[in-house]
Amino acid sequence: MAIKSLNGAQVVIECLKREGVDTVFGYPGGSVIPIFDAILDSDIKLVLSRHEQGATHAADGYARVTGKTGVVLVTSGPGATNTLTGVYTAYMDSIPLVVFTGQTVTPSLGSDAFQESDISGMSFATVKHSFLVKDTNDLPRVIKEAFFIAHSGRQGPVLIDLPKDVTMKPCNAPFVDSVSLPGYNVPCKADLAAVEAAVLSIRNSKKPLILAGHGAAISGASRQVKELAEKLGAPVSSTLLGLGVFPVSSELSLGMTGMHGTVAANRAIHECDLLISIGARFDDRITAKLSEFAKQCTVVHIDIDPAEYGKVIVPKHFLNGNAKAVLEQLLPLIGRADSAEWLKQVAAWKKKFPLTYPKQGGLRVQHIVQTLYEATNGKAIVVSDVGQHQMWTAQFFPCNYAGQLLNSGGAGTMGYGLPASIGAALGNKTGFPVCAIVGDGGFQMTMCELATAHFNKLPIKIFVMDNHFLGMVRQWQDMFYDKRYSSVLMESNPDFVKVARAYDIEAFHISRNVDAERVIKKALEYNEGPVLIHCECEQEDNVFPMIPPGASVDDILIERPKETVEKPTGGT
Amino acid sequence: MYSQFPAHSISILVSNKPGALVRIALVFSRRGYNIDSLVVSPTMDNTVSRMNIVARGNPETLAQIIQQLEKLVDVIRAKDHTRQDVVEKELVLLKVKCKPEERTELLQICNHFRAQTIDMTETSMIIQITGSSEKIDALLSLCKKFEVVEFVRTGKIIMMRGENKT
Repeated sequence: MAIKSLNGAQVVIECLKREGVDTVFGYPGGSVIPIFDAILDSDIKLVLSRHEQGATHAADGYARVTGKTGVVLVTSGPGATNTLTGVYTAYMDSIPLVVFTGQTVTPSLGSDAFQESDISGMSFATVKHSFLVKDTNDLPRVIKEAFFIAHSGRQGPVLIDLPKDVTMKPCNAPFVDSVSLPGYNVPCKADLAAVEAAVLSIRNSKKPLILAGHGAAISGASRQVKELAEKLGAPVSSTLLGLGVFPVSSELSLGMTGMHGTVAANRAIHECDLLISIGARFDDRITAKLSEFAKQCTVVHIDIDPAEYGKVIVPKHFLNGNAKAVLEQLLPLIGRADSAEWLKQVAAWKKKFPLTYPKQGGLRVQHIVQTLYEATNGKAIVVSDVGQHQMWTAQFFPCNYAGQLLNSGGAGTMGYGLPASIGAALGNKTGFPVCAIVGDGGFQMTMCELATAHFNKLPIKIFVMDNHFLGMVRQWQDMFYDKRYSSVLMESNPDFVKVARAYDIEAFHISRNVDAERVIKKALEYNEGPVLIHCECEQEDNVFPMIPPGASVDDILIERPKETVEKPTGGT
Repeated sequence: MYSQFPAHSISILVSNKPGALVRIALVFSRRGYNIDSLVVSPTMDNTVSRMNIVARGNPETLAQIIQQLEKLVDVIRAKDHTRQDVVEKELVLLKVKCKPEERTELLQICNHFRAQTIDMTETSMIIQITGSSEKIDALLSLCKKFEVVEFVRTGKIIMMRGENKT
């Protein structure tokens, strides 16, 4: 195509097609009308959200299930600033996004023009990279670079700010097929000497433990992690975002580790002599009290991001590279560890401290999640929001596939669940149902996206776990603040069934454990569009096990202590 | 609050892109570092600039800062030269009030430090001095007995000794 015949907006669309983009999440406005006009002449599906934050979370959910880069298109000013929570969420979890924001015309930049915001400047602290395009001829190069940066190395969001005149002028530059970024390296294999040194440590281990993180999932290293665990005879624990990389149903799996992880996983980290971390970044939710974390063991830290070296802990061996590629390097060099005793010990912990919850009382989130697992035979894509229900989902929906459980891990963004499930449903090629598990608090933050789900006839099963509380904060106030509840009661919640029906969405209500199975099956059979299941749950249920923030694994609580626990010293 | 920390000399090669300076500054500010001096200058390659930064903060954080700088797409290379064999220079212009009868003493001081006078009036003098930060601090200290009107320091620039590139 003679590029000269295209204006900037048409070049943007043509570049998207060349990047293989077929779905864009967005919301129009004055400064992006030229691009919304150009998109009409393409096959690209524009999914209109009801809020720009929703569009960004949807693109994030889409990216997580497809492995592709999620694309967002919004207008300038408030349209652009509304994406920032979504961009930050993607940044914290290393999700590839390219976010196009409109901007006022270049002569007005910096003049406080209508709906002008310095969005590229605002984004600096929370993007992998950002661009402000001031010349139409830069568009093909910038878009090529943006997609390359977003999807390579440690993935992340990239923002492109597009002044309106840039998208209206003709483009005289050719399309480009390659990038030249002298300061940007993409690690693949690790340094061979470092790998060999790590192998020596691995060979000496009698109590090895694998920690599978999100990096293992993103690089598609499930097979390699399994091979490593079996070859070495090592149990596997996961971070929240690493769940599913290694099947939780496997005998060697210890499940999730960290604040609300299993006793076995946390004990194992505390007593192993070798910790092989694969694409995890030692977040404070994982380490608990840092001064006592992994002090007794040799740490082999595999990460694609060289800046992760020593950020939280200084490992004996740092293998910088793509998790899958590095494991391929390691696997031929290692043999079985003399770990029989260790495996026995770990199995005993697993048996002694299974994940459990009280069976008496009202409807429990745990019960719904477990019933959903059984009804789907574990074959579902589960998108959770943030809070207690998120932890219960991680605990009671044992993931067996990477990418099965989507949630905002690093950022903990309430309101993520519903819009992300929309993106997940649009990108879902597995044939599994997409289930959104959200709390009554987070759901109300982005509830407007019900319209998006309904309009696109997406068969999402939306479970609203309604305990009339901001449960996680309430749990902390209950345990650490003498039960002085402050602003956690969700008074005047709407009737969620009526809310759904107002959007012409099918809805059910349950409030007893005995009804869960029947209604979940009914919801799973309904595929004309979204279905909302309003679950009125036990109001003051707490998530256990729990390591209070700043405490160590020795302080792990498996039930609510009778007395108030000392206020946590850790951060959030 | 920052004077308790040692000063670190960092040199950065960076692509000439808008916003690069802000991104670099954010890496320091987010980790509680204070930038003492910052010199941005062209290099032999007109697409690339050199930054020399002197900053103070917790030494344990410095390695992280260098790693995070390297991670920025626009940064080609970042290096900490703090205890390396480097040439460090700074240029200072110093304006001093100086009556004719004080001139001789001031000129003697200048002579000793190989400083030059580049402007002289009946009542004032501008002195130019180049050298290490320590030498400049010594001159400034000796000039305290005169009335110093103002001074401007360029900030430190650094170059590795020998054949190696900075």
